[in-house]
Amino acid sequence: MTELERHSYDVVVIGAGGAGLRAAIEAREQGKRTAIICKSLFGKAHTVMAEGGAAAAMGNVNSKDNWQVHFGDTMRGGKFLNNWRMAELHAQEAPDRVWELETYGALFDRTPDGRISQRNFGGHTYPRLAHVGDRTGLELIRTLQQKIVSLQQEDFEATGDYEANLKVYAECTITELMKDGEAVSGAFGYWRESGRFILFDAPAVILATGGVGKSFKVTSNSWEYTGDGHALAMRAGATLINMEFIQFHPTGMVWPPSVKGILVTESVRGDGGVLKNSEGKRFMFEYVPDVFRAQYADTEEEADRWYKDADNNRRPPELLPRDEVARAINSEVKAGRGTPHGGVFLDVSTRLPAEEITRRLPSMHHQFKELADVDITKEPMEVGPTCHYVMGGVEVDPDTASSVVPGLFAAGEVAGGMHGSNRLGGNSLSDLLVFGRRAGMGASTYVDSLQERPKIDEADVDTAATEALAPFELEGGENPYSIHQELQQSMNDLVGIIRKEEEMEQALGRLAEFRGRIAKMTVEGHRQFNPGWHLALDLRNMLTVSECVAKAALLRQESRGGHTRDDFPGMNAEWRKKLLVCKLESDGSVDVTEEQQIPMRPDLLELFELDELSKYLTEEELPAK
Amino acid sequence: MSYKGKFRVWRGDSEGGELKDYEVEVNEGEVVLDVIHRLQATQTPDMAVRWNCKAGKCGSCSAEINGMPKLMCMCRMNTFEEDEVVTVTPMRTFPVIKDLVTDVSFNYQKAREIPAFKPPADVKPGEYRMQQVDVERSQEFRKCIECFLCQDTCHVIRDHEENKESFSGPRFLMRIAELDMHPLDAADRQHAAQEQHGLGFCNITKCCTEVCPEHIKITDNALIPMKERVADRKYDPLVWLGNKIRRRPA
Ligand SMILES: Cc1cc2nc3c(=O)[nH]c(=O)nc-3n(C[C@H](O)[C@H](O)[C@H](O)COP(=O)(O)OP(=O)(O)OC[C@H]3O[C@@H](n4cnc5c(N)ncnc54)[C@H](O)[C@@H]3O)c2cc1C
Ligand code: SF4
Ligand code: SF4
Ligand code: FES
Repeated sequence: MTELERHSYDVVVIGAGGAGLRAAIEAREQGKRTAIICKSLFGKAHTVMAEGGAAAAMGNVNSKDNWQVHFGDTMRGGKFLNNWRMAELHAQEAPDRVWELETYGALFDRTPDGRISQRNFGGHTYPRLAHVGDRTGLELIRTLQQKIVSLQQEDFEATGDYEANLKVYAECTITELMKDGEAVSGAFGYWRESGRFILFDAPAVILATGGVGKSFKVTSNSWEYTGDGHALAMRAGATLINMEFIQFHPTGMVWPPSVKGILVTESVRGDGGVLKNSEGKRFMFEYVPDVFRAQYADTEEEADRWYKDADNNRRPPELLPRDEVARAINSEVKAGRGTPHGGVFLDVSTRLPAEEITRRLPSMHHQFKELADVDITKEPMEVGPTCHYVMGGVEVDPDTASSVVPGLFAAGEVAGGMHGSNRLGGNSLSDLLVFGRRAGMGASTYVDSLQERPKIDEADVDTAATEALAPFELEGGENPYSIHQELQQSMNDLVGIIRKEEEMEQALGRLAEFRGRIAKMTVEGHRQFNPGWHLALDLRNMLTVSECVAKAALLRQESRGGHTRDDFPGMNAEWRKKLLVCKLESDGSVDVTEEQQIPMRPDLLELFELDELSKYLTEEELPAK
Repeated sequence: MSYKGKFRVWRGDSEGGELKDYEVEVNEGEVVLDVIHRLQATQTPDMAVRWNCKAGKCGSCSAEINGMPKLMCMCRMNTFEEDEVVTVTPMRTFPVIKDLVTDVSFNYQKAREIPAFKPPADVKPGEYRMQQVDVERSQEFRKCIECFLCQDTCHVIRDHEENKESFSGPRFLMRIAELDMHPLDAADRQHAAQEQHGLGFCNITKCCTEVCPEHIKITDNALIPMKERVADRKYDPLVWLGNKIRRRPA
């Protein structure tokens, strides 16, 4: 039997970003003893980096906004591939979730009448993003962190122990989920600091582990984004959907090389910034696709008027959904109209007074000044696409966030379906709150319904321990850093923004080769805070996830949202009805099958014009008129 | 534009350690964290360092660079001469775990001792109304990324382990100020600041403000006003001095 630290909880939440913290708050408020586990320090999860805001149809700035309009925008943004029930719940519940944050102490920017201010963002019909300058994620995570602390203070009052019912295990990585037959029974991991193992015995586990961007070379994502939750879910028997859809954010930094990929918030464009090529032309007007013609301006004059009078003008094409803008930038650079460092220009300096820029976009101003010696109040930025967000994730029940495995729940970026083929900016932060809460409720209800507590099988614990230590066993093998770099390069080059059949097949060949190589890696040093070892363990997850992305991308023979096929450039209504479902085979390889989408409820279909629906749906799916 | 940079990095753990010298490639536009990462990838795979965002947003990568408390991800290599030795050591105020990673749990304990935001009893969610000018004061303090560099710098605890018990440090005194200035917070904060969190220890040297990567005016905007409010009840000569003596502009 492996000697290790053991803990018992009702609910274990893996992840301390927005989704995980909101889930934990809910579970604790439902009376469940809850643990939160995260790889970084408490308060450092990826959510802290979100800039622009959280989308919620509160109607504070334009009173015409409501959940139906938000729902419509979300479906349009995702090219109707979204799980419509998730999009519906999200649009309906987001305002309450944002208002609730104020009761936890959040301080959003205000409108003149003292409400929460809302800003414009790509794909959102009305100003909809609740924000704090361009550091909204920090406000969100700090607020939730402080709410957790306040719950711990309540427990301290009642029991004398802050951690009686809610405890954070920071810098602790989960490497395997435990099961009892079909059902989840716990989670196994190690402390990053000491390298010692730790076991959580729990009937319900909520995955809130975020995304997968670290498999790509140019990315806005941090080291944490190695797809752990995606891979853990698969190894536990759950399914992933929509893995072919990866969002390349149109505006990442391109220079200097060491910051390539770091995000430039969409708020720059929402607040008036424009994209220009090396000829000084606002090229986005050339790239408005047919499905969006009705909503986007075709002259610069109209586009500029929109910022002042949105009711009587159409939106600037710079604010098209991200997939459109990213592809356009890619095409401009390919056509030789790029900047010296291979991007395009994003200019806000000629659009707003300097004081206004530093007030509205303080962290962008700071970021460019400190990292690139560029003063964005005086000169344009150079930007290009960067891997930003994975639309794909664990297939869940919309109402309870439950996966197909009993006791396993997922929320936030690690869950799939809500955003379809492309996520709108601002819809993630609100997604975290809405589905984090639902996952907390779903897990609590599940725990209440159990007759018997699932048990941990000691043999599984031994296996998990042996696998985790395997990289120390071999001598003279490859170092994990070099394999990681090659993996990132392959995914970037072969399964990137624009995809081709031969290239994806090549990628799958390389992934198979990497699989052989990671089995023979060597890590140096000992178990205490050893980044080389940590990376070696994460690589296994990155490979599984990359295989899902490449296999699903190869199968989907159309272009839609975050999946663009050079060989199948158009959108195909038949493909809209299909989801690609990834499952792990017993030999560790990924199997992808087709699944039919559930048709949208008629009352939701009625929210759209027939004209628009006919661009996305097949003849048979259209409502009879 | 690439050169061999000279680095001296503290390697060791709670048992002890030493400064080790390295020669490592440095490229145009890089920051100290890039070079530490290159060391990891090429020479020292087990060198421990914390980081997340690489853009000055998460406050993970705090260390002391040539003795100055800084974020490694925001410290550009072009601020050094090419032949200059760049020394990177862990934050001194907190116990070392390994290499550049320290045990910052002190901060999380202090955070827990400050009573949370107390929502007004009679205002429902969705009905909070606050003016921008009124939230701005607290918003400045909420820019804090919890890098704990100010905590590392403050002389009250930097070399005085014995003060840690009774002094929460600039970051958390500022948290109290933030709640105190929150337009809708319903709790009384000032007494606790003085009695339980050691506001009186602060002699407004402003060292914390100088190292804050978010450029928060910790001393001027949070600590001095708190002292003034407390001093409404008590006479505190430092507040009086702080207001009268002009300081070197930042
Ligand atoms: C630069 C940037 C800007 C963005 N701006 C916006 C924006 O303005 N609006 C918006 O809506 N969205 C934005 N996004 C997207 C959004 O921030 C993320 O999608 C969202 O924060 C993800 O939250 P999460 O709770 O799912 O996961 P995260 O916040 O990423 O948290 C994941 C957690 O899981 C933990 N974890 C992972 N694996 C393990 C493991 N094996 N064991 C233990 N713990 C583990 C991590 O430590 C972490 O605590 C932005 C993203 C980036 C990168
Ligand atoms: S101003 Fe006060 S809190 Fe800041 S460093 Fe000086 S003594 Fe410490
Ligand atoms: S106040 Fe500034 S220095 Fe102190 S922890 Fe916050 S960001 Fe860091
Ligand atoms: S890595 Fe986030 S602040 Fe340096």
